[in-house]
Amino acid sequence: MAEPYAESPLATYTEVLSRHSVPGRIDIAERPFVAQVDVRVDPKSPAAERIGTALGAMLPNQPGEVAVAGELSVLWLGPDEWLILGPEGSQETIQDTVNAALDGDHAAVVDVSANRTILSITGPKTRELLNKGCALDLHPRSFAVDRCAQTMLARAGVILVCRDTQLPSYWVIVRSSFARYVADWLADAAVEYGSGSG
Amino acid sequence: MMLIPCPWCGPRNEIEFHYGGQADVHYPSDPRSTSDEDWAHFLFFRDNPKGVFTERWSHAAGCRRWFTVHRDTVTNEIHPDDSASAARTVTR
Repeated sequence: MAEPYAESPLATYTEVLSRHSVPGRIDIAERPFVAQVDVRVDPKSPAAERIGTALGAMLPNQPGEVAVAGELSVLWLGPDEWLILGPEGSQETIQDTVNAALDGDHAAVVDVSANRTILSITGPKTRELLNKGCALDLHPRSFAVDRCAQTMLARAGVILVCRDTQLPSYWVIVRSSFARYVADWLADAAVEYGSGSG
Repeated sequence: MMLIPCPWCGPRNEIEFHYGGQADVHYPSDPRSTSDEDWAHFLFFRDNPKGVFTERWSHAAGCRRWFTVHRDTVTNEIHPDDSASAARTVTR
């Protein structure tokens, strides 16, 4: 019998990303296999409240808001759409939790873990780097911790999440088929920050 | 480049949006009895004003919601639809 085997979209890019990271200035790395579950439900329905209670954090109702409940993050993707992020392998548990809370009510709960991968970018030059390909104002004044935004980075659709404004640290959640393009773009954009680039 | 005010996500770059043409073009209430001429008008005929035009946009790279704005076709000045707050009710 075959062994279960998983390869992240950027499995072959580990070396490229670390080579283009510059210690103390910019660090680019993949965070593979983060569990992702997409939930669509009427935000005003009792089911939405029950899901919030079951997850430990109400589904955020403000655009770009991220609710954190323990190991889970709930990202606002639209007025009736959320993306739940959880630790590797937790997608079935999350789905079961949400489905139990729904109790048969009308909603869509889909495991989209393989849809996107996450690029974690950390270091003082992060905002400068991202703003080379993204028109959003990433200053903490307008894009604080636990804010997310769906936008374009170097013409590729991404979800940006601010993880920390001090380091600072951001997540770029990108579709698998765009991951290598975005990784290449980030690596190229980071060249000017260090001499360790190829 | 236009800055288009998405009622959900706020002002965003034009490239994040998909254009939906004239707003308030309604499907004929009784298609069976609609004349060919009226049907053609519904399908193909749109206003083309020099000035304020009410049109639909979709925030394709963001929240993927449709909304209505008033755009001046001369200056590209965009004003949110007066009922934009009403448009923020969730529709599927």
